[in-house]
Amino acid sequence: MKTAADPSTRQNPQGSAGPAGAQAHDVVLQVSDLAVDIRTHRGTVRAVNSVGFEARAGETLALLGESGCGKSMTAKALAGIMDPVCDLADGRIVLNGTDLAALTPKERLKFAGPELGIVFQDALTALNPVYTVGTQLGEAFRIHRGLNAKQARAEAIDLMKRVGIPEPESRVNSYPHQFSGGMRQRILIAMAVALNPRLLIADEPTTALDVTVQAQIMQLLRKLREEGQMAVILITHDLAVVAEEADSVAVMYAGNVVESGPVAEVFADPRHPYTKGLLESVPVHLERGDQLKSIPGSPPELHDIPSGCVYQSRCPMVQDICRAERPALRPAGRRRTPSGTATAAADPEQTTSAGTNDGGATVRPVRTAACHFSEEITNA
Amino acid sequence: MTSSLTDGAASEGQEERQPAGQPPTRNAPDLRDGQPGLFRLLLKDRFAAVAAFVLLLVGLTALVGPALMGDLATKQNLLFANKAPFTMAHGWEYFLGSDSLGRSMLARLVVASRTTLSVALPAVAVALLIGSLWGVWAGYHRGWRENVSMRVADVIMSFPSLLLAVVVLYVFSPSAANIVLILALTRIPIYLRTARAESAELQSRTFVDAARTFGAKPNAIIFRHVIPVVLPTLLTLATLEFCYVMLAESSLSFLGIGIQPPDVSWGLMVSQGRQYLQTAWWLSIFPGVAIVVTTIAANVLAAWLRIATDPAQRWRLALPRKRLIARIPAKEAQP
Amino acid sequence: MLTYLRKRIISSALPLVVVVVGVFALARMTGNPASLYLPLNATQQMRDDFTARNGLDQPLLVQMADYFGGVLRLDFGQSLRTGQDAAAMALRAFPATLQLAATTMVLAVVLAVIVGCWAALKPNGVADRISSFISMAAASIPDFWLAIVGIWIFAITLGWVPTSGVSGASAWVLPIATLLLRPFGVLVQIVRGSMVSALSEPYIKLARSRGAGELRVVTHHALRNAAAPALTVAGDLTVGLVNGAVVVETIFGWPGIGKLMIDSILQRDFAVLQAAVLLTAVAIFALNILIDMGYALLDARVRPVTVKA
Repeated sequence: MKTAADPSTRQNPQGSAGPAGAQAHDVVLQVSDLAVDIRTHRGTVRAVNSVGFEARAGETLALLGESGCGKSMTAKALAGIMDPVCDLADGRIVLNGTDLAALTPKERLKFAGPELGIVFQDALTALNPVYTVGTQLGEAFRIHRGLNAKQARAEAIDLMKRVGIPEPESRVNSYPHQFSGGMRQRILIAMAVALNPRLLIADEPTTALDVTVQAQIMQLLRKLREEGQMAVILITHDLAVVAEEADSVAVMYAGNVVESGPVAEVFADPRHPYTKGLLESVPVHLERGDQLKSIPGSPPELHDIPSGCVYQSRCPMVQDICRAERPALRPAGRRRTPSGTATAAADPEQTTSAGTNDGGATVRPVRTAACHFSEEITNA
Repeated sequence: MTSSLTDGAASEGQEERQPAGQPPTRNAPDLRDGQPGLFRLLLKDRFAAVAAFVLLLVGLTALVGPALMGDLATKQNLLFANKAPFTMAHGWEYFLGSDSLGRSMLARLVVASRTTLSVALPAVAVALLIGSLWGVWAGYHRGWRENVSMRVADVIMSFPSLLLAVVVLYVFSPSAANIVLILALTRIPIYLRTARAESAELQSRTFVDAARTFGAKPNAIIFRHVIPVVLPTLLTLATLEFCYVMLAESSLSFLGIGIQPPDVSWGLMVSQGRQYLQTAWWLSIFPGVAIVVTTIAANVLAAWLRIATDPAQRWRLALPRKRLIARIPAKEAQP
Repeated sequence: MLTYLRKRIISSALPLVVVVVGVFALARMTGNPASLYLPLNATQQMRDDFTARNGLDQPLLVQMADYFGGVLRLDFGQSLRTGQDAAAMALRAFPATLQLAATTMVLAVVLAVIVGCWAALKPNGVADRISSFISMAAASIPDFWLAIVGIWIFAITLGWVPTSGVSGASAWVLPIATLLLRPFGVLVQIVRGSMVSALSEPYIKLARSRGAGELRVVTHHALRNAAAPALTVAGDLTVGLVNGAVVVETIFGWPGIGKLMIDSILQRDFAVLQAAVLLTAVAIFALNILIDMGYALLDARVRPVTVKA
């Protein structure tokens, strides 16, 4: 099959340097300068602005940000399912050596499914109400592998087993509304991983679910990621989920990536005031009655994002230069501090990511932050 | 009135204070209103403005036209029988041709416009009034009142209205008043369903609850809080219904059970001209064109009204843009 | 499924009964047909005989009981005009109308789906403008006038089709075109609207993310969801189609049930009118049930009994 053959020929040169052998930690997806415009009746606004990151096989990259910061837009741009009013204005989306952004929509369909799968937030609206789940699960096989209805149904049952849905043989003929929220989300995930894609995008997969079910779904995603050595892009606004599930994180604000790097390092030693603000707003060791911290103000509207730093209106450290000039995403943190806070601060629980960092330190891009004063942020 | 006066005074004062030689600042009272008036919005939309103008013209024609035409519409002049249209050779009154009795088409069209409108407008008004009040009442109270009302609407709607009208008009001679009544009767369910749906939705809203906690009586709440909200939708619907009722009256007259000669309506004229189709096509075609122009104008205006009276959509009209396509909403209101 | 159907049947049967009874009562009020069927110089005795023979001297309720008793025995009475069995006359006229209506409806649905989908794929595009224009025309043009214009242009001026009658395929063109306009105009806007909203649903995005192409997205995923709103107006459209059929059959001399009804009203042929109305009402009723069943087939959510817990 094409899917099986392609990755070896298209391998990223960096991948061979990976210590874990096989294909783990290879760069599967490399996004650079991604920009998305929305056409509104008040003119065109830029919802995503020169966003760049990379996702590696068997790892999870978290896109973290408040609602409206452009993280879902980024996900849709990657999957090629943007709303009609949105345009991909710029950028490269290199998936296994192919630039998806340069393809026509028709060519892109070949990649949708076998190379790239996406999981949506609300499973009820994401499933077609008029078809049985079996039909919908089997569709990918019918489209990409030309299976007939019976074969597709068998594959659908297999998939349902894989994602832990009980009695798949009988439930394959049920309709989406006959399932619980957690089960629907499992079906959605099953659909996304049906053809063993290289890349799985999970757009807030647990937001609509109960806390207990959330944990199960995240566990399922982890299991599938390891089985298929998929690269996972996890889009979320939940700091706890990022801390637990992700290997690296890209923090987004008002359509821009403001900081990125390995989760352990970013969370231990944020180099951008926004990241710092986010982390500080998580209550830790608070007594009842204590004041909760939060970031004052709200993100800028898309049509009046300031010309300087996007975070200037809420930043406690704002200076004249922040209003005049937008800071670029530059290497930051880690090797800079003589005191070595960053390395020391690596969370012992994050063994996977810490280990990866040690092994692949030479090929990984250093941590980046988009702040004029990233060196001056104190993490007391 | 007062506000515009003070506006004027203020701007005059300003101009006086300005140094001489400088051009006076242009007074723009329209921009000072917080709310852009419907009328100004209407003028901005070329198609809707033309539609409104056409309707106004038809209305004026129906109002004063027959008086101006005098007895031209009934005066027979066999010398001028079956004259073709678009020529001034026989005088302006025969510009649109004449029928087999030599009566002026133009005059007959003008006179017929009054008959047509005097059936359509009251029918729409009666149906709107009864249907809306009934629907709002049923939707507000829910329960059996709602159920019974919806059943009644179902019964009326589930039978071809034209047949019903034919039967009824045959029983009670086809006078203009009876036509109005039967057309109103068959169209009441449309308003009933829409008003009920809106009112049922509204009665669960917080502001209605608030009024209820203050001890307001149901009827007071209906008139004070429900009807003002529902009214724009219903008026838009009525504009659309005007087309339907006009077409229905024409159909009835065409079938011979609507307006009866010697009265004349556009539908009846089409019917009367039908047998002369081979020799004098204009007898059937012109009244039809009159119907079509009027209904298209009403349709365009209804489409515009639907957007203009919806605060969530009104911005569309203020856009500097290529023209927005006027869209026909689904004909029947969903229950 | 069965309990659901039973409920629907009962609720749809009520209008049926009301209409049939109503028409019966109204028709009796149109006056005594004796004056129409007896010679002008008929004696009072002859008139009374005629009235008594046809049961018209009985109170309305008795007449009604007689009539519906007969209906239960499938006896619909005789035509005053021709003396033939009323039911037979109605049934003979019915197929002509059914053929006309069914052909029109099928055409309207197919065309509306094609044009509506095309319009929905590109809002404000060419197809969208065309479909809006047609809908506007459909809501504005009187059908009888359109028929006359059609006759004037295609039958009289160009001579391509006959002015009336049912001879040959060309005779179908004008009646169908006239009848088609209104249902098409309504349907195309509904298909367009529901397609636009269906196409913006997340499940469509998800289908695209599985690699479903444009054609598959439209035909497999959106259309089936968009069909439900179209079905809900199908009942109203059918009722409207009967209105149209009355006009069209009158103009084109089409020997269908619409013409039969108008003729029997004008001739006070009660039994035939009753039979025709009853037949039409039953047909509308049956169609409503079919629509309900189609609805349930189309969308599992309206099926009342969940298959599994």
